Amino acid sequence: MTILAKHAAQRQVYESLHAHGVDVQFDGVLSPTEGMLNGRPTILLGTNNYLGLTFDPACIEKAVEATRSQGTGTTGSRVANGTYGGHIRLEKALADFYGRQHAMVFSTGYQANLGVLSALVGRGDHLLLDADSHASIYDGSRLGHGEVIRFRHNNPDDLYKRLRRLSGQPGDRLIVVEGIYSMLGDTAPLKEIAAVKRETGAYLLVDEAHSLGVLGETGRGLAEAAGVESDVDFIVGTFSKSLGSVGGFCVSDSPDFDVMRIVCRPYMFTASLPPGIVASTIEALSRLQSEPSLRANLTRNAHHLYDGLRELGFQTGPEANPIIAVAMPDQETAVAFWKLLLASGLYLNLAIPPATPTDVCLLRTSVSAAHTPEQLDTALAIFADVGRRLGFLTSEKRRAGGVA
Amino acid sequence: MGQIRQLALVELKVEPPEKVTCEDISTIFEQVLGHPVKINERTDIVEDLGMDSLGVMNFVMAIEDFYDISIPLDRIAQIQTVGDLIHAVDDLRSGIQE
Repeated sequence: MTILAKHAAQRQVYESLHAHGVDVQFDGVLSPTEGMLNGRPTILLGTNNYLGLTFDPACIEKAVEATRSQGTGTTGSRVANGTYGGHIRLEKALADFYGRQHAMVFSTGYQANLGVLSALVGRGDHLLLDADSHASIYDGSRLGHGEVIRFRHNNPDDLYKRLRRLSGQPGDRLIVVEGIYSMLGDTAPLKEIAAVKRETGAYLLVDEAHSLGVLGETGRGLAEAAGVESDVDFIVGTFSKSLGSVGGFCVSDSPDFDVMRIVCRPYMFTASLPPGIVASTIEALSRLQSEPSLRANLTRNAHHLYDGLRELGFQTGPEANPIIAVAMPDQETAVAFWKLLLASGLYLNLAIPPATPTDVCLLRTSVSAAHTPEQLDTALAIFADVGRRLGFLTSEKRRAGGVA
Repeated sequence: MGQIRQLALVELKVEPPEKVTCEDISTIFEQVLGHPVKINERTDIVEDLGMDSLGVMNFVMAIEDFYDISIPLDRIAQIQTVGDLIHAVDDLRSGIQE
């Protein structure tokens, strides 16, 4: 017996997945869409690299330049020695991009949720989370001391019902939803949720981690696409997806926003982002704004893959967003399917419960603006081949339009 | 067709009963699990009924609908047996905070 024996059940799952060889170690990364795995070039279709900016020459150049001139790291917190000009410029760029008064940069997206949620919701307050929220939102809810209530995924009526039950109770209410949900790629019904927010006097926070640079006329995310930006009090997001680096942020018009710098413990008690990361992120944010063609390519590629998978007869999520999840009937099939895809030169994410909503096993893909039509056709051909080999795509099932 | 089906959840369109009973909870369990269950106040929801964390969450939402309450996450974490659940629902309905 060790002190970790309490995790015996998880260990069993981990060891069984390890035995199936699902751990992936890249020998090298060749481009935003191609890596070397087990000695062979492999199409990357599960990296959240939505705009394909990880190898952008200008972003790399800015990172190198900042690293040479300012060093590899800040070795300190934002509230001590870790605030450089770059951090302030990045915050200004984010505030300008969103048209907000304030912005705050965190060292990861996970910490942004941890810090913001725990600062906004204290003892006696009420946090209303979509049931399918990301782990960072759940963990942030535990770091604060408010009462945490889950509402049914993407269900504004259920949210309203739960807010109604709170009527008469003191304390602030904060509703938290995501722009695009990371597993199925579905978007929140934000117009309806904003209406509930207005009617009940709650605050609204939207995590645009997967929708920044993806949705909206100028890439600001779902709030922009749904036309309800003025109803959203706080936007949280990450640099580690469409902006190709690492880090998180929060923007808002709340007049006393800056107090968060000394009440967000995940902001205060961690080293700030290294200068190279800050510099490449500022450049990537600028590219996102100056090159709408990136977003147009991304949307075109998402439809290419989504339509292709559905034509083949696979069961996908509800919307053609850059995250496209293919449902598998069980874990064994999911693992077998995933391994055959990988052996054929296609990498994507194997997602099994409890990381997935309900108890479904998923093959989760994320499309990039940098994928070529040829790469997506190859990916679809590999899917079709593996599907046939595993007996998925019989003509009968294709006619039925689904695999389940 | 072709979409991932969200789990259908129990929605009982009746006024919630005055008293929280094992019988009502048993009915909700059966609807969520899809098969009959035998429970009493000492039944351990995870151990005895073999529910995983997702099953528990779906079951809790069905209970919330039936009794028209919201059970905060920290309260859910304290519930192990059917008896614990009955007490939690009773407390929440009478407005008793933890």
